[in-house]
Amino acid sequence: MKTILNCRHVTRLLSQSMDARLPWHRRLAVRLHLLYCIWCRRYAAQLQFLRRAGQQLAAQAPITPAPRLPDEAKQQIAARLREALNNPPAPPR
Amino acid sequence: MIHGDQLQVPVSAESCSQGQTPGDERALDPERWVAEYADALFGFAAARVREAAIAQDLVQETFLAALKASQGFAGRSTERAWLFGILRNKLADYYRRQNREVPLADLDAPLPEEQGAFGDRGLGKDGWLGRMAPKAWETPDETLVNKEFQGVLNRCLSQLPGKVALAFSLREVEGQPSEEVCKDLGVSPNNLWVMLHRARMGLRRCLEVHWFGNKRKHE
Repeated sequence: MKTILNCRHVTRLLSQSMDARLPWHRRLAVRLHLLYCIWCRRYAAQLQFLRRAGQQLAAQAPITPAPRLPDEAKQQIAARLREALNNPPAPPR
Repeated sequence: MIHGDQLQVPVSAESCSQGQTPGDERALDPERWVAEYADALFGFAAARVREAAIAQDLVQETFLAALKASQGFAGRSTERAWLFGILRNKLADYYRRQNREVPLADLDAPLPEEQGAFGDRGLGKDGWLGRMAPKAWETPDETLVNKEFQGVLNRCLSQLPGKVALAFSLREVEGQPSEEVCKDLGVSPNNLWVMLHRARMGLRRCLEVHWFGNKRKHE
């Protein structure tokens, strides 16, 4: 079991811990590392900040208007569907 | 580019399951389908793939599959939810095909977003390199709702590889559970966390350079 982790490891584990609970020995090793590594402590806090920033983006109105399918494309699709409907069986995709 | 409103279409997996009763006559009208749903389906797909042409193909494939399976539309869910369910499956297929081109991340090698962040030899091996190490951020809550900040965050997001950015958007912006994101993107849980790690690493760095590093200019 590896108890001394380096920063590359810890950043990966911190990210993992945002989505799933780590095994206890991993949690312990990460905590130990954070005790003496200010950089990874900042990294951990910044991941939390990123999460809140993401949630805030969702709460905002869309930044760009929804893209619409051009009329020409719609006609193409409708024609293709009509064709498939009139000539069953439609070719499998 | 992610469009907030298109990420919000809730569709359950059951909505495309087989039913017993055939769909009614309304279900077989291509022109009406296209008129009613093409834009919504296209918007949903366009927010999830890089090119509009691919999104358009996916919409057409969705309608064609729906046509073939219209017997399967049991009327248990709405027609709209049913079509979105099919589109989600088409998207997952599309990503599965893409996976062949994107090699799985080799965790023994540095990930692209980690490049230059950690020492690669000697005593400092795999420790933060001073210049790249996280700096202290001042993060008052106002930052989160600051339009300029959100613009920078969106630009940072758009600079990540497409699928990495998408994984982050689905997980952290839309707030989907990991299992669902895996299903949508057709990736394993392990692959997902690698992508999320890459996204977080990349975004953190990008924000530090383009927002926190420049903060005085904004104040």
